Amino acid sequence: MATRQTQFLARALLTPAVGLLFIWMIVPLALTIYFSTLHYSLLDPGSESFVGLENFRYFLTDPAFLASLQNTLVLVGSVLALTILLGIPLALLMDQPVIGRNFVRLMVIAPFFVMPTVSALVWKNLLMHPVSGLFAWLAKLLGMTPIDWFTDAPLLAVILIVAWQWLPFATLILLTALQSLDEEQKEAAEMDGASALSTFIYITLPHLARPITVVILIETIFLLTVFAEIFVTTGGGPGLQTTNIAFLIYSQALIQFDVGSASAGGLVAVVIANIVAFFLVRIVGRNLEA
Amino acid sequence: MARMATTRRVVVSTIGAWFFGFLIFFPILWMVLTSFKTELEAFAIPPSFLFFHWTTENYATVQERSDYLLHAMNSIIIAGGSTLIALLIAIPAAWSMAFSPTKRTKDVLLWMLSTKMMPPVGVLVPIYLIYKTFGLLDSRIGLVFILCLGNLPIVIWMLFTYFKEIPRDILEAARMDGATIGRELVYVLTPMAIPGLASTLLLNLILAWNEAFWTLNLSTSNAAPLTTFIASYSSPEGLFWAKLSAASTLAIAPILVLGWFSQKQLVRGLTFGAVK
Repeated sequence: MATRQTQFLARALLTPAVGLLFIWMIVPLALTIYFSTLHYSLLDPGSESFVGLENFRYFLTDPAFLASLQNTLVLVGSVLALTILLGIPLALLMDQPVIGRNFVRLMVIAPFFVMPTVSALVWKNLLMHPVSGLFAWLAKLLGMTPIDWFTDAPLLAVILIVAWQWLPFATLILLTALQSLDEEQKEAAEMDGASALSTFIYITLPHLARPITVVILIETIFLLTVFAEIFVTTGGGPGLQTTNIAFLIYSQALIQFDVGSASAGGLVAVVIANIVAFFLVRIVGRNLEA
Repeated sequence: MARMATTRRVVVSTIGAWFFGFLIFFPILWMVLTSFKTELEAFAIPPSFLFFHWTTENYATVQERSDYLLHAMNSIIIAGGSTLIALLIAIPAAWSMAFSPTKRTKDVLLWMLSTKMMPPVGVLVPIYLIYKTFGLLDSRIGLVFILCLGNLPIVIWMLFTYFKEIPRDILEAARMDGATIGRELVYVLTPMAIPGLASTLLLNLILAWNEAFWTLNLSTSNAAPLTTFIASYSSPEGLFWAKLSAASTLAIAPILVLGWFSQKQLVRGLTFGAVK
């Protein structure tokens, strides 16, 4: 029974966390909204003036915005596709009777724990370097011309690096879900003469629907803001070829020092992320009832 | 025994799983091997996989030239500090929501989760300017603060899902026996909550250690943790692959070990309890 005293205590214990998160959410966001209506350049201090929605017009009609929006969508979409399409067979394979499964799992999960700056630089130099990289050597061994990744296919290179980092996450979640699948159901299907393929389509895949949704939503939240991998490999280039929205806003803020326009861009990013968050919160929220 | 595994099936799936596992792990292995090569051998084509002149001089050089230990210490302070402070704020909050829930508890939890969805880049400008005004740029305390706030929702969520699994009957029994809230917390809840606390601590340490948006944007040299330090190897004149590999190996080794210990909790923590 909750007495008035415990209720009061409970509220008192909750307050610091709620208060801090509230300030953390409201103050910077309010400032971003405020800055987004100003002409405000750090290179030209003292010239701040109210410009209404001018920054949004500038940001949204800038060709760089469309290019970076497209890059963001391609990056998020490709990494999602790669991690899920490779994650499912990998998880299925690891769910089989494998000798030394725990060790295999250690190897598969490892990339997820590597800091983004390390994975990006190791891939860029040790693997993807057009002359001395391991991929170039392999290509020559097979009689092909080595690809100059960061010149000829920079976005693909970034996609591969990011996909390598997130494949373990997808695989681990799918594997966890597979292991909770009722073995007897599969057995019964097999006894009834169901082929492996139809067991997969009618029993396993529906069971994976929910974890796949969770993977998509959580990865999307992180992938929308991929930054370090671009920062240390391409710096958004060549041209705008690897500039995503996060990197565009960063370069407007801390390279061009255009606070107003960067703030408008920041709000655009917040709106995009909120659309995704809306769905994730609903799914997780449903889980709270259960 | 559920299904009889035929020998052939075991052999095929074992070979397959080991092959793909090795493939995924290979970039890390290659980095570790390169860290023991000389700079010349690191560039050499064809590359040598095992039969090169093994040397540890890169590790010594990394420390001498760029004060590796300073950045490692920064990482420890920033990741450790932000995690501990987040736990101190989150434990009471999660305890309160798990054991004295109100009608609004669910809304509060979901609202907390939604703060995590705000893309950091959306508030980069104000945070940068605030930090500049208060002299917090390139300071450890500034990074501790921002990583703590950034991870607080995850910490609260993880603790909440763990606390909720502690059987209520035990609490009621303790209350019947006249235990005060303080005693209940120390003698009943804490021992049962320790596994959950430990995995929350571990996962949050990993997330904070690898955080590379705020650390890259808000630190340059004095407070730079390993993420920022490694990024300095991206400049063209920094094409020292063996040294890059040595610095990288040192930077990821401790967290890789922690990560391997926490992989079970990882799924639960990162999916906010939606997949267990």
